[in-house]
Formats: sequence, structure tokens, C-alpha cells
Amino acid sequence: MAQTAEPTPAAGDREALGRALRSLLPDDAVLDHPEELRPYECDGLSAYRKLPLVVVLPETVEQVQEVMRYCAGQRIPVVARGAGTGLSGGALPLENGVLMSLAKFNRILDIDLLNRAARVQPGVRNLAISEAVSASGFYYAPDPSSQIACSIGGNVAENAGGLHCLKYGLTVHNILKLQVVTVEGDLVTIGSDGLDAPGYDLLALMTGSEGMLGIIVEITVRLLPKPMSAKLIMASFDDVEKAGDAVGNIIATGIIPGGLEMMDNLATRATEDFVHAGYDTNAAAILFCELDGTPEEVDADLVRVNEVLEQSGCTDIRIAKDEQQRQLFWSGRKAAFPAAGRLSPDYYCIDGTIPRKKIGYVLTRIAEMGREYGLRIANVFHAGDGNLHPLILYDGNKPGEFERTEELGGKILELSVEVGGTITGEHGVGVEKINQMCVQFESTELTQFHALKHAFDPHSLLNPGKAVPTLSRCAEFGAMHVHKGELKFPHLERF
Amino acid sequence: MSTDNNIDKELCLVVKQAAAEGTPLRLHGGDTKSFYGRASDGQPLDLRGHSGIVNYEPSELVITARAGTLLVDLESSLAEQGQMLGFEPPHLGAGATLGGTIACGLSGPRRPYAGAARDFVLGVRIINGRGELLRFGGQVMKNVAGYDISRLSVGALGTLGAIVEVSLKVLPVPVREATMRFAMPADQAIRQMNEWAGQPIPISGTCHHDGVLYVRVSGSAAGVDAAIARLDGEMVDEGAALWHGIREHSHAFFADDQPQWRISVPQAAAPLSLDGDWLIEWGGAQRWLKTEAPADVIREQTEAAGGHATLFRGGDRTQEVFHPLRPLLFNLHRNLKDAFDPQRIFNPGRLYRYL
Ligand SMILES: Cc1cc2nc3c(=O)[nH]c(=O)nc-3n(C[C@H](O)[C@H](O)[C@H](O)COP(=O)(O)OP(=O)(O)OC[C@H]3O[C@@H](n4cnc5c(N)ncnc54)[C@H](O)[C@@H]3O)c2cc1C
Repeated sequence: MAQTAEPTPAAGDREALGRALRSLLPDDAVLDHPEELRPYECDGLSAYRKLPLVVVLPETVEQVQEVMRYCAGQRIPVVARGAGTGLSGGALPLENGVLMSLAKFNRILDIDLLNRAARVQPGVRNLAISEAVSASGFYYAPDPSSQIACSIGGNVAENAGGLHCLKYGLTVHNILKLQVVTVEGDLVTIGSDGLDAPGYDLLALMTGSEGMLGIIVEITVRLLPKPMSAKLIMASFDDVEKAGDAVGNIIATGIIPGGLEMMDNLATRATEDFVHAGYDTNAAAILFCELDGTPEEVDADLVRVNEVLEQSGCTDIRIAKDEQQRQLFWSGRKAAFPAAGRLSPDYYCIDGTIPRKKIGYVLTRIAEMGREYGLRIANVFHAGDGNLHPLILYDGNKPGEFERTEELGGKILELSVEVGGTITGEHGVGVEKINQMCVQFESTELTQFHALKHAFDPHSLLNPGKAVPTLSRCAEFGAMHVHKGELKFPHLERF
Repeated sequence: MSTDNNIDKELCLVVKQAAAEGTPLRLHGGDTKSFYGRASDGQPLDLRGHSGIVNYEPSELVITARAGTLLVDLESSLAEQGQMLGFEPPHLGAGATLGGTIACGLSGPRRPYAGAARDFVLGVRIINGRGELLRFGGQVMKNVAGYDISRLSVGALGTLGAIVEVSLKVLPVPVREATMRFAMPADQAIRQMNEWAGQPIPISGTCHHDGVLYVRVSGSAAGVDAAIARLDGEMVDEGAALWHGIREHSHAFFADDQPQWRISVPQAAAPLSLDGDWLIEWGGAQRWLKTEAPADVIREQTEAAGGHATLFRGGDRTQEVFHPLRPLLFNLHRNLKDAFDPQRIFNPGRLYRYL
């Protein structure tokens, strides 16, 4: 399929493109000095960096359309960017392309409480939506740990999840309608203000499409009433496998917790140093189980979950005594990534999802693999969904350590596929997991993905080269695999 | 009882040959929903021979079954473990299969409160128009590897591919359910349903018909008792039968030869001023209308209310029965059809005339 090669741009290209785009946008909405471009050279996966030719910061839908029309006409690739918190290099710029930041689209346009919906621009921060409706007793359910920073547009593009998606669903379950600018600069409405729309479910298709099918310029999200009561239980285990089994045992009772998260000992110690929540730093793993609903329901469920945790062999149980303590207990979980960042100069976050029943087995295997590679791994993850986040700690300044980390990460993803799971639960494929797509999918399936992309973007101008590998790339990766670590073509750029 | 039978290789061969010859195929299961969509002809391809539950582990909350599995068999396997399909799929007949259910994408009374068919689909295997067996999504709760072709297949009426296997998230059966009734006119009922839905009350079904609003609440015993006290309606004893009738269209309202329209509008939209008999569900988001009014009048009014109208049953099925798409959106549909089924062999015209 069409994939743009990336020749290094001549200096003149940048100036000429900047000039052309300034004729469509206000002057300050076009950045083309290398030092202005720096902040956009990477997303949250900072190991990969590239300077785009030009950055544009449109602030109206018409401006987005103008830029797309121009770029489509000139066959210039465009990468959309929300807040740049993505962890898979989805918003990594292309050296021969335009980076379009949606940061100026930061307004909440309408809140309709009776219909329980809010219409917002893509650059609005995830948490800002819940804040805007909190006083009325509502919230927007998907709550990624990055929610103070990440944009709702980026959430849709990645189908972001959060601590409460076991019960309340992912982004795809919590949006109603999108306004999307196509690669040719046309504006289309996808979904509706009702609960469904005629034709194919393009709303689901756009969700998680990593900026490859269109530019999202408006989102209507669903709002939920805040639960009357929420209680958080924290259970300690002296063995990671026991904690893993407890997850399945809780689900087997028929109770769906509002949140069911897990941290291993290394992650617990790191976060405890960071937030001083009073975590049990001796435990091999702690399980967070939040129960929400009416006060009567929560009390009944609490008794039941307590029993199950004890039967599952937990060594200690604590229940947050008030709202303040509940927030404190959660704060460590939410800050786990930055906390891990204090254990080591760098960390690398993996995102495989596995069947719940394999949690214990996979965590044990991951620990073994870490020992083999001589790298420490902290685990903090969405246990209820089986969505793992092993954090590999490394030092990018030590020669070869990043490469080993990446290889270990790849191995962990392949393990996820092997046990019946997937290489990414919520962070997306981006540039990061593109090789592992070759492991998860057959060439006929990848070809179907390319055909689908072609239906929206025939010249492959929207975020080209991300998310779906070419077949030749997979052939190359397969060959690399066969030769076990000995890179066959070390001179070829790997991303 | 659905037997355990894997015929995916044979199905691929049939599709390959049809593609080579340009023979249109009419995909079907139990034909319980053959009334739905536009009239479409083709060589019948029966998917019932491809049946059986492939994998079910209750503690994973996931079931995987082949398309030809009877919905009743699937549901009874779940019920044995105290679980159910959260979207309460309408069977609309004894022979309903899983594949047909997902291809039609219909959902029952629980839809606004628990989610639609598409919300529970975790993965599919489909045969595309080249006769290739493809697997998308999987059996885990979260999966963003590749485009979401699993959910795209839901409600596509088989026009993008033959669905041969589906993995679904399942839910525990609520411990207790209760139904209450409240006498009130439609406009008041619509407001009331939405006000309640904006509060943390475990509502799992709503319906307004003939001046009466019915509300079902589900959950733990304690949660349901609290909701009953709070809503304070008149208790309905035969609640289960009522919701079954609405879900299966065996309710007296649906026993009628007039064209039946499904009007999908924002939940709190005021009643539409179209003449006919109405039954309002889903907190106002799904409204059934029996009427002889012309299609363009119905569509115009529905669109003005921010919704879309489907000629669900009866009427002229050689015309468009689903709400016509704007040209730009239609182009995307056509391009997608070409991406999956370049020879246009699957259920041609069933969804839209030119698809
Ligand atoms: C500390 C930390 C914790 C995190 N925790 C979670 C978590 O719990 N759950 C989770 O799901 N993720 C998590 N993430 C990952 C990240 O925050 C999410 O993927 C988020 O959805 C990205 O949003 P963004 O606005 O930063 O998007 P960006 O990183 O800017 O972009 C992400 C992708 O979306 C595309 N895109 C952005 N905006 C648009 C648009 N308007 N139209 C079309 N395409 C667009 C980009 O091209 C890119 O492919 C975490 C990240 C960090 C750094």
C-alpha cells in the first residue's frame, strides 16, 4: 500500500510551506523556525523524535479544512496532535509533513444536562469536562491517569481507558457524535445526538484510529450521574499470583467493581515515596477495589468483596475511611508513572492486555524476562480488564540499554498475544508497536486494514506509516526474528 | 441445541467462488429478521451450519461462539452461570442466531442503561468478499490494535462480510428486578425518564405507551429496594412479561399491519407531531410509530428533531428503508464496501440501494 518515503526536506521546503500556510492562517498560527518546532518533536514516547516541516495551530474548523485542502492538493502528509501525552509515538511528526496541533480548540461548546451530553472541542482536557459538570452532579467517565493533561480529541483517537472503565466503559462507549474533517477538507458528522446513527458504525471506527482516518474537530460526550457512594478497599497480598487470582474471584461473585487496579511491590514503594498514602510497602502486591452505587448496594458489596479477598489469601485489608482518604489512596495509583520515573532515569511503559486468568502467570514470566535482560520492572495496572502496564526501568545514557529495553518490551507484547491477548489495550500502536502488529495479525488482515485506510485516505496523507505495518516491513521483522537478535540490516532505519 | 460444527473453510470456498463468478449471496441464519432492511436477492448462504460455543469462561465475563449458534442456546448457557447478554437482544423468532443478531445490531430495553450490541462486541471473525477468513479484536476487554472492524461489523447487515464468530462481553444477571408504573402523558414521561436517568438510580428499562410510563430497576436486593422507595410508583406484578413483550415485539402494540417506523432521536427530544400510534422506549431515544404517513414527512420531522427514521417493518421495501445518508457520508460507506467486498456479493442493496 501507499506509504510515503521520507526524504530529508530541503531548507527551502520549510520556508515555502510556511509561506503557503500563512496565506491560509493567521501568522502566529504557523510555526516554522526550528526552535519553535522543538516542543512538537515528540509525544510521551520521547525516545522517538523528529522535527516536522511546519507546525500549524488552527483555531476554527474552517482553518482546519483550509489546511487539509491545501495539503491534500500538494500531497503533504499531516499528523494531528492533541496534548502530546500519547505513549506510542502516534503524534510523532513526519520530517516531510505538517504537524497540526488542536490545542487552540479548547472550548466546551454546550452542556445539555437533561440529555446528559456535552459538546466539546478536541483540545479540551479530559478532566475539564468532569470539572465543568461536577457541581451539577455529573462526570465524564473515562479517566486516564493522564487526565489533567490529555485532550479529549486524543482520547477519541486512542480509545483511551481509565481506572473506572471496567464498569463504565472506554472512550468508545462514552461518546455520541463527532465532527470530522476528512483528508480532502470536507466536514462530516459521524454518530448522532441520539443513541445510534444510520449506516455503518463509523463512530466506533473513528475511535482508536490514531489520527489516520480524519481530523476530529468536535466531540459530543455522554455524561453520567456521579454515584451516590463510592468506597475503596485496599488489600495486600504476599504473592503476586494470589493477587491475580483474587481479581477473577471478585468478578466471579457477579459484582462489577467501579475500579479494580493492582500494583506490585516495586511500584508500591515508588508511589509511597511520592504521595505518602500509607500503602503497605511490604506487600508483594496490593489490589485496589472500588465499589460504587447506592449506599445500600455499596455496603452489601463491601461485605461480599471482603470475604472473597480473605478467601483469596490477602494479608491485610484497609478501607478508605472517608472521601479524602479515598482520593489519597487513588492518588498514588494515578501518579504511578511519574513515581516510577523517580526510581530510574528512564522508564518504558508497556500496554498489553491479557485474559484475567493469566495475570499471575504472565507477571511471573515478566519478572523472569526482566532478570534475563538485567532490567527492573515495576507493574501497575488495570487488573480488572487484564490491561497490564509493566514499566521497564532503564538508563538511556547507558549504551545499548534502550535497545535492550525495547527488545524486552517487544517480548512482553508477544507474550500477551501468546496467552490470547493483544499488544495494546489503550495506548495505541503508533510507531512503537508496529512490529508486533506483524505478530498479532496475518498479512490478509493487515491488507484489510490498509484497504480500510484507503477508503478514507487514498493517498495515505493522514499520519502515514503509523499503526499498521506494511507487509514488506513484516517480512523484514519476521526475518529479524528468525535470526534471534542479530539485526539483519542494521543500516536500515527501524522506525 | 446448536451442535459444535466448524465449516469456516467450506464457507470461504463458497464466498471465493461467488466472488469469482460475481454471484450475489444472501447471508442468513434463522431468517427471523429477514423482514429487516431492504429487499435483497441472492443465492442463499446459510450460516447455521457453523455453530457452537467455542469458549466460555464465566470469570472472564467473555463468551465466544460461532455465528450459527442459536441465541436461545447461548443465553441458556449464560443463564446456567448466572450471566446474560447485557444488551438483551431481540430474538424476533425462535431460530435467531448469534450471527444474525450481531449483523442486525438490534438491542433490547436495557440498551440506554447498559449499552448496545456493539458495546459488548470484543472481537469477530469475518469472511470478507475475497473469501478470506479474518480475525479482528479478540477476547479481552480492551484492545486498540488495528481499526475497530469488530464494531464496524455490528449492524452492517452482512454487507461488509459474513460474520462467522463473535466474542462478547457478558454481564452478571441482576439479583433483583422490579417494575413500576406511573400514569402520565408522553411529554411528561420523556422529561421524567431523563431526569431519573440523570440521577444514580439503577434503571434498566423504560417504556411509555397509552398514557402509562413503565420503569424497570435492576441490581442488588438493597439497591433495588432503595430505588423502589425513591421512585414510589405502582408496582407491576407481570413486569418480566411486559419487558419480554417489548423486546420481542410480541406486545400488542406491534400486532398490526401498518408500516412500523423506528424513530431514533435525542433521548429528551419533545414528542414529534407525527400522526399515528407511538410506543416510546429507551428513555425517549427509541420511539416506535405505526403510521401510513409518507416517508419523506416522517424523515423530515425526525431529522429536525436531531434523529433518523427507519422503516422497520412493512411498507415499501424496494425504497430506502434506512435514513438516507448525506453524500459525503455515503461516499465513505461506498468506499468501505469496496474495501471489504469489491465484487459486491454480500447482501447487495440490503442496507442501502447502492451498497
Ligand atoms: C502519565 C501518563 C499516564 C497515562 N495514562 C493513561 C491511561 O490511564 N489510559 C490511557 O488510555 N492512556 C493513558 N496515557 C496515554 C495518553 O494520555 C492517551 O493516549 C491520551 O488519549 C492521548 O491524548 P493526547 O491529547 O495527549 O493525544 P496525542 O498524544 O497528542 O495524540 C495521540 C494520537 O491521537 C491523534 N490525535 C490527537 N488529536 C486528534 C484529533 N483531534 N483528531 C485526530 N487525531 C488526533 C494523534 O495523531 C496521535 O495519533 C497516559 C499517558 C501518560 C503520559
